[in-house]
Amino acid sequence: MEYSNLSGMQLDALREVGNIGAGNAATSMSILLDRKIDMNVPSVSIVDYNDMMEIIGGPEELIVAIVFQIKDEFPCTVYFILSVDEAEHLIQDLTGNKDFTLMNDLYHNELAMSALKETGNIVIGSYLSALSDFIKYNMHPSIPYLSFDMAGAVLTAGLLEISEVSDYAIVINTSILSDASENIQGHFFLLPEPESLSKLFEALGIEND
Amino acid sequence: MIKEKKIVKVGIADLNIVTPPDIIRTAGLGSCVGVVIYDSSKKIAGLAHVLLPESSLTQQSDFNKYKYADTAVPILIEKLLANGARKYALKAKMAGGAQMFQFASNSKTMRIGARNIEAVKEQLTHFNIPIISSDVGGNVGRTIEFDLVSCQLKVRKVNQETVFI
Repeated sequence: MEYSNLSGMQLDALREVGNIGAGNAATSMSILLDRKIDMNVPSVSIVDYNDMMEIIGGPEELIVAIVFQIKDEFPCTVYFILSVDEAEHLIQDLTGNKDFTLMNDLYHNELAMSALKETGNIVIGSYLSALSDFIKYNMHPSIPYLSFDMAGAVLTAGLLEISEVSDYAIVINTSILSDASENIQGHFFLLPEPESLSKLFEALGIEND
Repeated sequence: MIKEKKIVKVGIADLNIVTPPDIIRTAGLGSCVGVVIYDSSKKIAGLAHVLLPESSLTQQSDFNKYKYADTAVPILIEKLLANGARKYALKAKMAGGAQMFQFASNSKTMRIGARNIEAVKEQLTHFNIPIISSDVGGNVGRTIEFDLVSCQLKVRKVNQETVFI
């Protein structure tokens, strides 16, 4: 399936997938942080690899990503991405350590790493369970993988399977944000592998050429 | 007139060549490999940012040749020679090829960083181009910049000191 010529209806369906997943995830995040969490209207972009990095601020932008691989019936890679500030606020919030900084502490602080991974687990878990109910495919996520590095380095890891088939990736991007003063905003990137895209349209009864 | 110094940016699955005073750069290498090939006396250098090792992996009929090590390196050499570099004088420096995640799944993209490094080395050996220095492997992202004036490759990693190789 060539990504570049999806119909309007197909794009709508993908946007709805982002909506359902992130809606559920925002609820979980809200319970976890005991705060109101809002979400943005999801965007679906069909982008080449370089443009994909631009969505997040360029290939050199420092990001914190919690990554899950889904194999089996519906192979895809899901990222929960936070900026450095956002991840710091989140860790400070969850661990009560107000002096925590990522640059100095992340890899030496088991509690902070574990808090981030667990947040990813909860948030992505609810994202995927909503999605799985919607499309009727089982989705068993891997354990969470955590990385704090340049966006280019982190995101290409999710592109490798796709890159053998296409020069474009389809990115379903949804962000959630808290209303508190320390703004925590997270991005979900869902990168379906090519075979999953056809399955998705089929499951939703949309014409699949 | 003195030519203004420009930074030529190379994207993912892309390549380009420069002459002084320009600098050539690629950002955010993870499992990808950035390979610089240069002729230090003719002052010409090229950089390729390869994503995957072998073009035999492709399932596309019409694929981007800059994406694979075994197609990008020969094209880069060809471009350098066409612009005045001498084959016997070519040297190489490389960086990247990290494994960003220890994914447990048994997919074919496992160890892609290591395979990218091997594939680039294989090409360089094939064309008899010596590798002067390299900074490869590990689990960190890298941004690299090559300056023809010094023939040094600047390697920047998150949370680590920048090195020149």
